Amino acid sequence: MTESPVLSVEDLTVAFDTPRGTLTAIEELSFEVRTGETVCLVGESGSGKTVAGETITRLIPTPPGRVLNGSVRFDGYDLTAASERELRSIRGNRIAHVFQNPQGALDPAYSVGHQVAETIQLHEDDPRAEDRAIELLDAVGLPNPGRAAGQYPHQLSGGVKQRVVIAAALAADPDVLIADEPTTALDVVTQAQILRLLAELQAERDLGVLFVTHDLGVVAEVADRVVVVYAGRVMERGPVDAVLSDPAHPYTRALLASLPGRGEGMEPLDGSFPDPQDRPAGCLFHPRCPHAVEACRESVPDEMAIGPERTAACIYYGPDFETSELDDEPGFDSSGSEDEPGFQASALDDQSDFESSDPEEDSR
Amino acid sequence: MRSASGQDRRADPGHDGSDPLLSVRGLRKHYPVTTGLLGREVERVRAVDGVDFDVGRGETLGLVGESGCGKSTVASTALRLEEPTDGTIRFDGEPVTELGDRALQRFRRRAQLVFQDPNATFNPRMTVAEAVGEPLSIHGMADRDRRRAIVRDLLERVGLDGIDLDRHPQAFSGGQKQRLALARSLVLDPDLLVADEPVSGLDVSVQASVLSLMADLQETFDLSILFISHDMSVVREFCDRIAVMYLGEIVERGPVESVFEDPAHPYTKALLEAIPAPDATGPPAEPLAGEVPDATDPPDGCRFHTRCPVLIQPEGLDLDAATWHRVFEFRQAVERGDIELAEFVDGDAGGEAAGADLDAALRTEFDLPATLGDEQAEAALGEAVDHLIAGDDEAATVRLRDVFVSPCERGDSDGRISERPRRDGEGTYRCERPH
Repeated sequence: MTESPVLSVEDLTVAFDTPRGTLTAIEELSFEVRTGETVCLVGESGSGKTVAGETITRLIPTPPGRVLNGSVRFDGYDLTAASERELRSIRGNRIAHVFQNPQGALDPAYSVGHQVAETIQLHEDDPRAEDRAIELLDAVGLPNPGRAAGQYPHQLSGGVKQRVVIAAALAADPDVLIADEPTTALDVVTQAQILRLLAELQAERDLGVLFVTHDLGVVAEVADRVVVVYAGRVMERGPVDAVLSDPAHPYTRALLASLPGRGEGMEPLDGSFPDPQDRPAGCLFHPRCPHAVEACRESVPDEMAIGPERTAACIYYGPDFETSELDDEPGFDSSGSEDEPGFQASALDDQSDFESSDPEEDSR
Repeated sequence: MRSASGQDRRADPGHDGSDPLLSVRGLRKHYPVTTGLLGREVERVRAVDGVDFDVGRGETLGLVGESGCGKSTVASTALRLEEPTDGTIRFDGEPVTELGDRALQRFRRRAQLVFQDPNATFNPRMTVAEAVGEPLSIHGMADRDRRRAIVRDLLERVGLDGIDLDRHPQAFSGGQKQRLALARSLVLDPDLLVADEPVSGLDVSVQASVLSLMADLQETFDLSILFISHDMSVVREFCDRIAVMYLGEIVERGPVESVFEDPAHPYTKALLEAIPAPDATGPPAEPLAGEVPDATDPPDGCRFHTRCPVLIQPEGLDLDAATWHRVFEFRQAVERGDIELAEFVDGDAGGEAAGADLDAALRTEFDLPATLGDEQAEAALGEAVDHLIAGDDEAATVRLRDVFVSPCERGDSDGRISERPRRDGEGTYRCERPH
């Protein structure tokens, strides 16, 4: 697949002005989505993944949000500079969104058929909008679309509502779908149904999908390529199989190790997310990284090519280090925490291993 | 509240039987749906409908199921935060359902609930010291300094040493708040924790640390835990035994590893297959279809039969599995009144010609062959379709029911499927199919 991307985000930096100061949400973020592929933007809450998805069609409120740098290229436009009129012709029309909470996307006062039809009407005046709405409800797998069209959101389960939201998102036959945690609020069986549905619709319609999630299990099931984001910066990217079977960045490794249910026990990821107001110098992950060395504090590591379509932003992949050191058992210097796993795992430990040991040495 | 005494002696087949801390038998909780001024009951939501389980001392039992399966109602009735409709609950040998006010207060000191949403646990006006120490004051400890000392000690044990006791809980992160909630639940030194989705609101990386903390606390405080979750992977990490609930019933139970390695019930299998796994190569090809049915009118026999991928064919019928499923789906659609013939009529063709067309259109819609391989089955299906076309849905239902009723719909003498042992002898399941 050497197609040119349908959507391309370059060097995007977005910040929010708050009474506490300017908070950086994403920093120099780049990725692209090609026709017919799913790119997963993975990260924990606070990683900026949602801001990234919403900045594409400028759904973030400005102010307080500000795009400080970078571009979003779609069909010859730079959406960061597009007029509100141009954006309206693209948002919901050629780039559609599906969010985590279907409740918020539907109006309780109108039947779901009406709402899907209205989305169709917004984009083109079609006298058959009502019929097309029913066709769409059929396409998203509602068992009795004719009857469902007449129902109101409160009559439907979460899974059915999310199907309706997907139907509305597809109403204008978009080129790109941005799905932000679309299954996080759903039960596991319903989640599997919706993921299956999205995969089928994507194949039928050749959609480019940007799928935003914190769940690496979901990533494995939907992604072609993965971009792992931490505190707004890319830590690692690559084809899904490669990244999940052979994660390169210590952060990706830690995320995978913290997953429950693999029957191998799970390793908590110690420490907590950086304060967006007081971001660490150097690699953003260094305060929690078991392999961090002095150099990690000094400069932000570049993304380095580590394989076909793969990069990692970690100095161990640079010329001065051996990546094999990342496979060594870490944590030998970590202040006896092995005796009490969990007890030191609170956010209070967000001083890293070496940060917390520094003052002790100074005081001597 | 009352229950046949025979029920009390029936052991939880999954537990070793040695003097459990919590023992629940025949638990039912029905919510009446009423109408009119007089509150006439028109139907009842059977949220929990005959549940037995034990939680042993120091043991963790995981109760899993999708939303609406009744697991949270089990939690609130087991602690008598709601009165059960029927059944017995014994805690340390005492019948919880019969406790008077004072004894009930004592019980509530020893059995604590931890919620999914720590925000709901804390009164936003209280400081950490007040919020975590509140159960102490409720239970009569007036000495403020002693309360603060206990709170400080507990916060240390949940990994929050050194925090400012006079801050408000909402100033903390989600993971920290769940630690505060745990501290609060432990402040009265309980024997039992009922944890209702305690880590569901947390990021995966934070989940791991809260669960590892809970495991440590369990050991330190010698706790028994009833762990309620929709997340099978978390249950696998944390629990000793698992009980899988569907529509108010426990459909399978056993030691966690046995059930994960070799699930007996088709619903357990479906839940396990639906877990998104990091080594997957795409979403499950055929996830379980449909949704959990309405608990006011649960399906007869096996409650899972309406969605079961391995539904048993009636004796004497021999269709290929896929066709059998489609015929059964067709029957269900007819019974629900879901078939609107108007959708299949293409305008002008009227009269007799339309009859044959409708028959063909219906079969296409439900992906049924033009004639079923089995003569008796084809006769029933053909006649039912004729009834439908004639507008007699009821006759169509009756005709379909002549032939296409699964043994799974009948159940045992009480109209349900009884629990039978899993093939490893560890635990039980409710299904007509041999494991």
